[in-house]
Amino acid sequence: MLQKRSALLAVSLAFAAGAAQAQISDGVIKIGVLNDMSGLYADLTGPGSVVAARLAVEDFGAAKKGMKVEIVSADHQNKPDVGSAIARTWYDTDKVDVIVDVPTSSVALAVSQITKDKGKAFLVSGAATSDLTGKACSPNTIHWTYDTWMLANGTGNAIVKTGGDTWFFITADYAFGHALERDTEAVVLKTGGKVLGKVRHPLSTQDFSSFLLQAQASKAKIIGLANAGGDTINSIKQAAEFGIVKAGQNLAGMLVFLPDIHALGLQTAQGLIFTETFYWDLNDNTRAFTKRFSAQAPRNLYPSMIHAGVYSAVIHYLKAIEAIKSDDGTKVIAQMKKMPTDDPLFGKGSIRADGRKLHPAYLVEVKKPSESKGPWDYYKVRNTLPADQAFRPVAEGDCPLVK
Amino acid sequence: MTEIFGVPTQALFGQLLIGLINGSFYALLSLGLAVIFGLLNIINFTHGAQYMLGAFFAYFLLNKAGLGYWWSLAIAPLASGAFGMLIERTMLKQLYKLDHLYGLLLTFGLALIIQGLFRNEYGSSGLPYPIPEELSGARNLGFMFLPNYRAWVIFASLVVCVGTWFVIERTKLGSYLRAATENPALVQAFGINVPRMITLTYGFGVGLAGLAGVMAAPIYQVSPQMGADLIIVVFAVVVIGGMGSIMGSIVTGFALGLVEGLTKVFYPEASNTVIFIIMAIVLMIKPAGLFGTQR
Repeated sequence: MLQKRSALLAVSLAFAAGAAQAQISDGVIKIGVLNDMSGLYADLTGPGSVVAARLAVEDFGAAKKGMKVEIVSADHQNKPDVGSAIARTWYDTDKVDVIVDVPTSSVALAVSQITKDKGKAFLVSGAATSDLTGKACSPNTIHWTYDTWMLANGTGNAIVKTGGDTWFFITADYAFGHALERDTEAVVLKTGGKVLGKVRHPLSTQDFSSFLLQAQASKAKIIGLANAGGDTINSIKQAAEFGIVKAGQNLAGMLVFLPDIHALGLQTAQGLIFTETFYWDLNDNTRAFTKRFSAQAPRNLYPSMIHAGVYSAVIHYLKAIEAIKSDDGTKVIAQMKKMPTDDPLFGKGSIRADGRKLHPAYLVEVKKPSESKGPWDYYKVRNTLPADQAFRPVAEGDCPLVK
Repeated sequence: MTEIFGVPTQALFGQLLIGLINGSFYALLSLGLAVIFGLLNIINFTHGAQYMLGAFFAYFLLNKAGLGYWWSLAIAPLASGAFGMLIERTMLKQLYKLDHLYGLLLTFGLALIIQGLFRNEYGSSGLPYPIPEELSGARNLGFMFLPNYRAWVIFASLVVCVGTWFVIERTKLGSYLRAATENPALVQAFGINVPRMITLTYGFGVGLAGLAGVMAAPIYQVSPQMGADLIIVVFAVVVIGGMGSIMGSIVTGFALGLVEGLTKVFYPEASNTVIFIIMAIVLMIKPAGLFGTQR
């Protein structure tokens, strides 16, 4: 069977004009979108990421170029074991060539390892831990949208500089929370601040009042929320209930996304400062993309930076395949690192040897209800960090690939 | 300042109070489950979804009909209860003669369907619901800053729990109910409409879940998963208290809220497992639960 197929392939190589397909395993480029489709991260990633991937394939013009691209998706339920099992099945039996998105750092770390073992490609948009380009970096993984170091650097620096020099962390108790807390603590200490205490809560907690009370008792000026999605929403909402900001302490949401603000409402979220690498209202390109995205997304959601990252990563991935005419994971990733990136959402950028995608980051502040002109008009961009300053210098990452 | 294991006593008081507030929700929900199990022998896995429905009813009433929190407090439990009775009449009724397992499977399936539909429609981040004007703000108790709304939650759930216990254990209506579970044929022979009583009881249990949902809406996001996150813990509460024991579920609900609150101070990483550890221990020592009797 196999021999027959390679014979056929050889024939088509010799005669067919569309030779581009020849090196593509089984003639189809199969993209697997793996993320949280039903839990606390579903609005930030979930079905929206599938929409973003679809738009990327469309905009790349795969059909016109004679490339056959298929998208499959699955729900990893934020569980590393579930995610690993899906990744293995996809690679081994479903002929998936690349896995994209994968929020939840613990799952992403597991998938990264599997991808490396199988020689496939992994484009991370959803997960945050900076270890993916640090001690756990891989020649088969590119970390696209953001990471914990960048968040800590962007948000942490800005807050310490404006006088927030004592911190208390409320941290999600898994790989992501630990990495975010570690990276933020480093920034706080480096800029002369102090960490007065920390508390770790299980992923997907409903009631944060106990943790908030401990934060209040610490008398820290800043309560750093090293969590995400539903956990951050509940923390912020309940902090308002307990009058924490009114009493003089400030919240630092270390990882906040546009859909979180949408869910909280401006009344509760106003004044929050955090870092994002994408906002829908940055320029004409982002606005045009958002219009198309929203039309297809569930409940007409606007894109989070994770969705934007999936779009940008998939486009660049397809460009690399077009250039080398092969979908071999290791080779494509190497090619992606060689080529400069350019897409409507993140503009021009590049990918470093350790797998870190570089682009600018934006320090944003949530508008007051009176400042917002309409639905989804939520951010004021306070500062732009250029690409070379936004992310961790390659030498500090301890990535074995660049030693 | 005096300290207990490195935690100032004052802070500890605050944490105990917080635990009590969470315990209120456990108590309200496990009470409904206990009533339903005690009187219908149905393990109602839809309870979490019905709690979520209560919160969504409150959200709809506010945003579509302009009716505020207090109206919701009255209407949402009735609406959830009516929905519950519909389920009982059309589906659960068929299962009374079968093993518990069938009721469990049916209600679990229903819960998945309801949650899935709501997630499709409203997403996972949830919808905001404001704290009612009258109960916004907070007071300083000296050892902690207590939001007025949370104080109301403790008060309201205590009243509802004690009221329910009183009706079932101390009134004539309650005695009919209890008799009907022991021997429905005999009670029916006395001219009492047992099937209708069972329907109303299920409706009441579901109504309690809806009520808890309304009370939870201003504290948490109104989100499709809110019930799924809670229901497993609540089942553990019911098992620890003793399946079907009314008093057991109330006392255990509040007590486990306290235990969980303390865990969040001393070893927060274990705060979502501590209840199950207690459940395992209780089941080993007293398989029928703390307040349960072996049937």
